[in-house]
Order: sequence, then C-alpha cells, then structure tokens
Amino acid sequence: MAEPTALPDIHAGAEDRADAAVVRDALGVGVAVGLSGFAFGVTSAGSGLTLLQTCALSLLVFTGASQFALVGALAAGGNPLTAAAGAFFLGVRNAFYGLRLSQLLALPRAVRPFAAQWVIDETAAVALAQPTRRGARIGFAVTGLTLYALWNLTTLLGALGAEAIGDTDAWGLDAAGPAVFLALFAPMLVSTTERAVAALAVLLGLGLLPVLPAGVPVLAAALAAPVVLFLEGRRRGIARDEAEEEAR
Amino acid sequence: MSIWIAITATVAGCYVAKLVGLLVPSGALERPLVRRLAALLPVALLAALTAQQTFADGRALVLDARAAGLAAAAVALVLRAPFLLVVAAAVVVTAGVRAVGG
Repeated sequence: MAEPTALPDIHAGAEDRADAAVVRDALGVGVAVGLSGFAFGVTSAGSGLTLLQTCALSLLVFTGASQFALVGALAAGGNPLTAAAGAFFLGVRNAFYGLRLSQLLALPRAVRPFAAQWVIDETAAVALAQPTRRGARIGFAVTGLTLYALWNLTTLLGALGAEAIGDTDAWGLDAAGPAVFLALFAPMLVSTTERAVAALAVLLGLGLLPVLPAGVPVLAAALAAPVVLFLEGRRRGIARDEAEEEAR
Repeated sequence: MSIWIAITATVAGCYVAKLVGLLVPSGALERPLVRRLAALLPVALLAALTAQQTFADGRALVLDARAAGLAAAAVALVLRAPFLLVVAAAVVVTAGVRAVGG
C-alpha cells in the first residue's frame, strides 16, 4: 500500500519546490520594482500633479515608463493629448507581452479584462521564464499582486514625502525619472540596430526640442525605430541583390 | 483640468493596449516586421526621454547636475547594480553636485 502513494508524494514534493522557486523569483521582482513606485510618487508630485492625480496614475495606468513619461511631459508644459500619446506609445509594447502571455497562461475569457491590468514588463518577464503553465500562472499572479500592491503604496508614500520635503530638485530627485528610463532601456541595447535607434532617437529628441512644441519631439524621436528598420532592410536587400549578382 | 484629460487618455490607451494583446487571436500581430518595430519603439522613446529629462530645461538644452547623476546611474548599470541602486546613484550624485556647486 505504501508504494502507490509514494510516487504522488515525491511528485507533489517536486511540484511544491518548483512552486516555491517561482514564488521566490516573483516576490523578488515584485518587491524590487514595487519599491521604485516611491521614485514615481516623488517625481509626479514634483512635476506639479496632486496626490489624487499621482495615485490615480499608479492605480489605473500601472505601467511605469508610461507614467514617468506622462508626468515628465506635463511638467515640461506639453499639450495633454501629446503627453498622453507619448505615454500610450510606450504602453504599446504591453500588447505584445499580452499576445505571448495569452497562449502561455490560457486564461478564461472572463478573467482576461482583469488580468490585462497586470500585463507589464515585469510580470511578462517572470511568467515567460517559467517552463510550465502552472509556473507561469503562479509567476504572473504573484508578481502582479506584489507589484500592484507595493507600487501603489510607495507611490502614495513618495507623493506624500515630496510634499513634506518641498523642493524635490534640491534633493536631486528630478534625476530619478531619467535614471529609471536609462535602467529600462540600457538592457535592450543588445545589437547595433538597437544602439542605432537609441542614438538617432537622442539626436532627434534633443535636436527638435527648441523648434517643436513640448512633447512633440519625443513622438518624432519614435520615428527612429521605423527609420533604422527601413535602412537595415534596404542594406540587407542590397547585400542580397549583390549576392544574387555574384551567383549569376 | 487638462491634467485629468491627459490622465484619462493615458489610462484608456494603456489599458486597451494591455487588453488587446490578451484578446486578439495569436498570429494577428506576429508578423516579424511588426514585432521588430514593437521591440524597437520603446528603445527610441526611452532613449529620447532619458536625454530630454537630463539635458532639457523647458525648451533649452542645458548641462547641469542631472548629467552627473545620469553618468553615475550609467556606471551603476555597467557594474550590474540592482534597479533601485541605479536610481539612488543618480539622485545622490545629482543632489551632491548641486550642494557643492551651490
């Protein structure tokens, strides 16, 4: 009698250990990034948004880069819809995480509108790294919950803190936003293409700043992506034509 | 009021982007060129935003303490420091340079 039960037990033990590993990874990511909501709260309050506006952004937008971009653009005096457009374009990448997650998590249709709010860089990174559907679901849920709770709590504390300390610039807190952006995109610079896009975007973003209305230069800088892709495609096309020429 | 307009538009836009990915049949956005563009778009936007929020004062370009802060963040990134430490380095160095520079 002992033998038939022994196997499931071992299995359950291995599964528990795998679950615990996913939960540990998910908590690590959730806590580390969740704490940086503090930087957002401070930056947002320093940009002149009220406590309610700052907290509404973290509760309802819940995708860090878009939130930082929006308050930055508003602080620079940008038109509200131009500012929102920049934040939206940054949020578009979440659609592609959603595509991959929907296959992996296989969520019931009724759950998807709720799960959607948690489809962000960090949950996608943790979930996509899991070898099993069970692991991916646990990773997604634990990362999402931890991050959502902490991000909103630290946003509130950051905004309150900023009001308490007054001049946030004197504390160097205006450097938090760009540092967050840098930390987000630096790991993306894996090949020449990404570096070329980043370099062109910096040139466009700074070069157009004095001549275009606030907020618009960032949108113009987004054109660096299709431009570099087009040039890369053309170069490949030329290389292919030359190879065909030689083959003939 | 205009801030609430910006917030409402951002909330709606970002939520729809998240939901669309979960709802559309897989393969609809899976064309290589579209995927490539989606991966490069954040690189362009984040690079431009980093540069602007470091070197812009309104519509003028300036070199101030933030540049030193960003350089510190870059060093922290090269040393593979955790996310929070990278941000902290930028904040502390920017504040330090401002304090020293008056």
